[in-house]
Amino acid sequence: MRVKIFVSLKRGVLDPQGKAIERSLHTLGYNEVREVRAGKYFELEIEAASGEHAELRIREICDKLLANPVIEDFRFEINAD
Amino acid sequence: MRWGVITFPGSCDDHDVVDALKSDLGQKVKALWHKDELVGNFDCIVLPGGFSYGDYLRCGAMARFSPILRGVVKFAQSGGLVLGICNGFQILCEAGLLPGALVRNAELQFVCRMTHLRVEETDAPFTSGLRRGQLLKMPVKHGEGCYYADAATLERLRKNRQILLRYVDSKGKSADAANPNGSVESIAGICNEGRNVFGLMPHPEDACSKLLGSEDGAKIFNSIAAACALKASLHV
Repeated sequence: MRVKIFVSLKRGVLDPQGKAIERSLHTLGYNEVREVRAGKYFELEIEAASGEHAELRIREICDKLLANPVIEDFRFEINAD
Repeated sequence: MRWGVITFPGSCDDHDVVDALKSDLGQKVKALWHKDELVGNFDCIVLPGGFSYGDYLRCGAMARFSPILRGVVKFAQSGGLVLGICNGFQILCEAGLLPGALVRNAELQFVCRMTHLRVEETDAPFTSGLRRGQLLKMPVKHGEGCYYADAATLERLRKNRQILLRYVDSKGKSADAANPNGSVESIAGICNEGRNVFGLMPHPEDACSKLLGSEDGAKIFNSIAAACALKASLHV
């Protein structure tokens, strides 16, 4: 199964990268852009007997390593091949 | 007193710590490799600065799973002293030995400069030889040293007096310009509730000789040594 994982900073955590990107977009004339937040994106393949099993494992992987629960949230999409 | 200094792949201040402890302070130090088990009698384990595992994913995220960390967690739980400097501080936060996290500097740039620090609490071994309000001069050098904790965690840190060092100006006053990385409440160093684990972004090992512009870092190491000597004398 193919998995896409999105990790983003929690609301309230300062995101200087997002701010800098937003300023650049404004400089380019995209003044309608607001609230830019930079995050991380992972793709991986996982062997699992079922979608539920894969979900369990991916949640564990995110909690343990891919995201730091103090500052980050995550969500993921699982696609059966 | 026995010090252990851990080297992770990508550590780069490990030798600075060993050299400062040995040459400047005459301490007994054992260099430790991250793949080894933590064996032997130590009074204080130091996690040095650098870029463990290339700082991939998040600073300290991978080092947390190094074999030696299991021993460090046990050592800390049994009351042993653990000092995390810079990347070491990041590792201790990732490992859950200290609350909060260190994120990208507010101004995005890597900062490398001397800072002034105010000693906020002295009833932890790491600052036991200092006075409350005392000023220290130590350098910082990091890209991700902005301390973050949510409101509830900050409240606990204040209530338990776990904030040991804050960035201040040369007169000892809090000021935005004196905060090199945007850390919440200008926090430069915190300890755990048990007061035996300490993490700080400034580098005491780079401030142990006149040649480096400050000897104030030695006051942290000497505090630790004195606290250990006192503990040992009480146990005899």
